Amino acid sequence: MTTFQGTENYVASPELLNAVNIAVALQKPLLIKGEPGTGKTMLAQAVAEALGRKLIIWSVKSTTKAQDGLYVYDVVQRLYDSQFGNAGVDDIAKYIKLGKLGEAFSAEEQVVLLIDEVDKADLEFPNDLLWELDKMEFYIPETKRTVKAKHRPIVIITSNAEKELPDAFLRRCIFHYIEFPDSAQMERIVRVHFKNLDETLLNQCMQAFYALRSIDAIEKKPSTSELVDWIRALQLGGVEPARIVKEVPFAGVLLKKDKDLTVMQRRMLR
Amino acid sequence: MFIGFFYLLRSRGFGVTLSEWMTLLEGLTLDLHHTTLTGFYDLCRAVLVKTEADYDKFDGLFLEYFKGIPFEEELPKELLDWLNRPTQAVDELRAFLKAQGYEEKTIEEMLKQFEQRLREQKEEHNGGSYWIGTHGSSSFGNNGLVPQGIRVGGESKYRHAFKVAGERRFRDFRRDNTLDIRQFQMAFRLLRQYSDQALGDKTEFDVDGTIHDTCDSGGMLSVQYKRPRRNTVKVLMLMDSGGSMNYYASLCSMLFQAAEKSNHFKELHVYYFHNAIYSSVYTDPRMYREHAVPTEWLLKNFGSDYKVILVGDALMDMYELLEPRYDRYTGSAGFSGMDWFKRFAAQYEHIVWLNPEAPPAYGGYWGASYGEIAKVFDMYRLTVDGLEKAMKKLLVSR
Repeated sequence: MTTFQGTENYVASPELLNAVNIAVALQKPLLIKGEPGTGKTMLAQAVAEALGRKLIIWSVKSTTKAQDGLYVYDVVQRLYDSQFGNAGVDDIAKYIKLGKLGEAFSAEEQVVLLIDEVDKADLEFPNDLLWELDKMEFYIPETKRTVKAKHRPIVIITSNAEKELPDAFLRRCIFHYIEFPDSAQMERIVRVHFKNLDETLLNQCMQAFYALRSIDAIEKKPSTSELVDWIRALQLGGVEPARIVKEVPFAGVLLKKDKDLTVMQRRMLR
Repeated sequence: MFIGFFYLLRSRGFGVTLSEWMTLLEGLTLDLHHTTLTGFYDLCRAVLVKTEADYDKFDGLFLEYFKGIPFEEELPKELLDWLNRPTQAVDELRAFLKAQGYEEKTIEEMLKQFEQRLREQKEEHNGGSYWIGTHGSSSFGNNGLVPQGIRVGGESKYRHAFKVAGERRFRDFRRDNTLDIRQFQMAFRLLRQYSDQALGDKTEFDVDGTIHDTCDSGGMLSVQYKRPRRNTVKVLMLMDSGGSMNYYASLCSMLFQAAEKSNHFKELHVYYFHNAIYSSVYTDPRMYREHAVPTEWLLKNFGSDYKVILVGDALMDMYELLEPRYDRYTGSAGFSGMDWFKRFAAQYEHIVWLNPEAPPAYGGYWGASYGEIAKVFDMYRLTVDGLEKAMKKLLVSR
């Protein structure tokens, strides 16, 4: 079974490369938007690998606060330690745990920082990070220490557009929208995932896949990762390529909603 | 040199700010455009456009502005010359800032920062971490396969910027299409004002604060409370039902469902009317007599802090709008539809009208009422874009 193996296997459009280059040169965060499954998160990995930099991932959740990315002061641990008379309780710095952003700032060499799905958090979240991302530093009042980036990290931020991001935040970013790949691009992506792929199988799959995507009534359109899974399923199932367009076997891999499956059956399999 | 482009973008409602423009200039002096028009287009788009919804609009404006400039693969000489003389760039920037009405002192400061940033970046790039491929040392190839680099999609060497812009591939993302429930909901989500600053007692137990303070005081319990953080928005929705609105029944029902499902409002109340608001509104879209609620009661019970959304096509006979005797419920004189509308407009500071119908192209018979109502309320199309604008409008004072 083939696995995704880093940068040699990441197919990016020239526009996307340009955007990455621009963001790196201007030292601005790169904000990436795009349909699910277009490789937004993968991009950061590819960039890190291509540049030989370490990748630090900060996955944002709905409860994430900006402070979590900077540092956490573990007062509870400190109290425990003091009750049992452990050494070093006086040293507050011992109880300051840096978050992902703090980690990226204090790294000895330049790193790639991925802030994944920034729009999941509260509306205020991006704004709370403005200063830190601009100046690449923050202050820890407990220890009176300033954490300042020795090397400005390459910041890549992904968003699924669930919430609008504040203008002040957007102004500081380089923006790129990853388009859904056209069939030629998609073919290259698929080939990266499968070393020896039967040509007829590939052609049939692509044909069926784009036919499906062109049906407006389908609500959740299948994406790249679903196509890859589907081809894998077809290969493992040993499906006769000639049947693919006619019957769309294992359609459940491509379409996740019952309603969409019914639509497909009505439109494609008369 | 192409400051005009900046003005064009701004004049067409593109919120390009000065800092973004300076970022663009910075990018140009760093040669990020690779001296091609395509590169220049990519750079402009990456720096200036912040949502895919604007890609199409940007493409259009880019075409409009740069169409006249003769060019082949390379950038036109004028532009290139300009780019190769950073000192001149600074001079132009100074003139530009002056024209923007900035003070001399501020300008000098901004320019100093600009120059310093440029210097820093140049140094850094010469220091070896330069990996952007204008001079061949890049690990990102522009086409073909580079060992250990990212493999490029491998399109033809340079696409023609005008061709790309001309294709206008992002048309589908324009947000003036009509929409589905989820998109409605997303729009409704804009309508929120979270607050823990609001007046009121600190009634919510603050777990984190308590732990922090307790531990900080060596284990002596120190209980903390905080103000609850809630959406404070209260919504009153009034929908036109029946008649010409039947065409939009499914659209309106989607809007209704989306509003219902957006359970983040502090309160949501929905009432119905036909054509215009008269002395009664109704709790049910069928509007039988038993559903009637006096409008007077409504105005008395829903204070001015409510945000009001009116939904309707605003198309009716002028008689229905202006004649006090035209009242479905009482059939007697009193207020006309217009009078009621004006009372609503006076009472509520936050009030918008959503219209599934596009503004009539020219007055005409039905267009007259539209025009009259649009004078009283801010009217928005019932589309993603319109709804979002309306929601944003509702959050700010008129």
